[in-house]
Amino acid sequence: MATIQQNEGLNEQHPDVALVARVRAGDVGAYDELVRKYERQIFRIAQHITQNREDAEDVMQDAFVKAFEKLDQFQGNSKFYTWLVRIAVNESLMRLRRRRTGKMVSIDEDLQTEEGSVPRDFADWAPNPEDNYNQSELADILRKTIQGLPPGFRVVFVLRDVDGLSTEETAETLGLSIPAVKSRLLRARLQLRERLSRYFKRKPAPAVAQSTRS
Amino acid sequence: MLDDVIDESMAAQTRAEIEAHISKCGHCEVVLNTTRKTIEIYQCHELYELPADVSSRLHAAIKTRCTKIR
Repeated sequence: MATIQQNEGLNEQHPDVALVARVRAGDVGAYDELVRKYERQIFRIAQHITQNREDAEDVMQDAFVKAFEKLDQFQGNSKFYTWLVRIAVNESLMRLRRRRTGKMVSIDEDLQTEEGSVPRDFADWAPNPEDNYNQSELADILRKTIQGLPPGFRVVFVLRDVDGLSTEETAETLGLSIPAVKSRLLRARLQLRERLSRYFKRKPAPAVAQSTRS
Repeated sequence: MLDDVIDESMAAQTRAEIEAHISKCGHCEVVLNTTRKTIEIYQCHELYELPADVSSRLHAAIKTRCTKIR
């Protein structure tokens, strides 16, 4: 799975800087290169937040067009990708809000829950537990499990652990403090672990057949 | 603390102390290993592949909408 490389040297210019400069000079083809580079990640993020394929497609399109329109406002203090993700997250939340007929939706929603803040299930998992399911069953389990997280935990987990953004980039992208990102990430990881335990925990060995009754 | 161990974002001495504890504590070992596994599974399985038709529509829309903006 594609993740974002974070190890560019301090003096090394990120390749997106040159692409952004070409777009600003009027080269729409350069923008198509940026779209190809990040479309998979933006679609994934939009899907995780909206949980709806049509919405994710609309969000992705609108986010890329909006980023193009606002490119003059991109300061270059952050990476183009984190700036783009911020637009996509906001578009996704707006889309959710519309679906919920105007109800406020934010990444701070549903964070009061204490679920998963302390581990409760200490059963060990089977070795390579994913091998006990076929690809389609496993994908259903993983989707169902992550969809059960509050949006504010889900988006932090996806950006930080799936997409590979740093804690600082995740905080900047979502407009959260670093402690808030760390707290949400820990609880997201623990809740997912707890819920996956239902599927992945080591099964007890079958009881030995009873010997003949007396 | 668990996150710091997973993300390897702690001083070497603290890390050594925590690892010493984990090696003797079954519960901590299970929680650490299964949390690591949770992250690994989500990293290795793409749950929302970008369909080819969605990608084609995106590029067509970018071409039309962005050219108009310019």
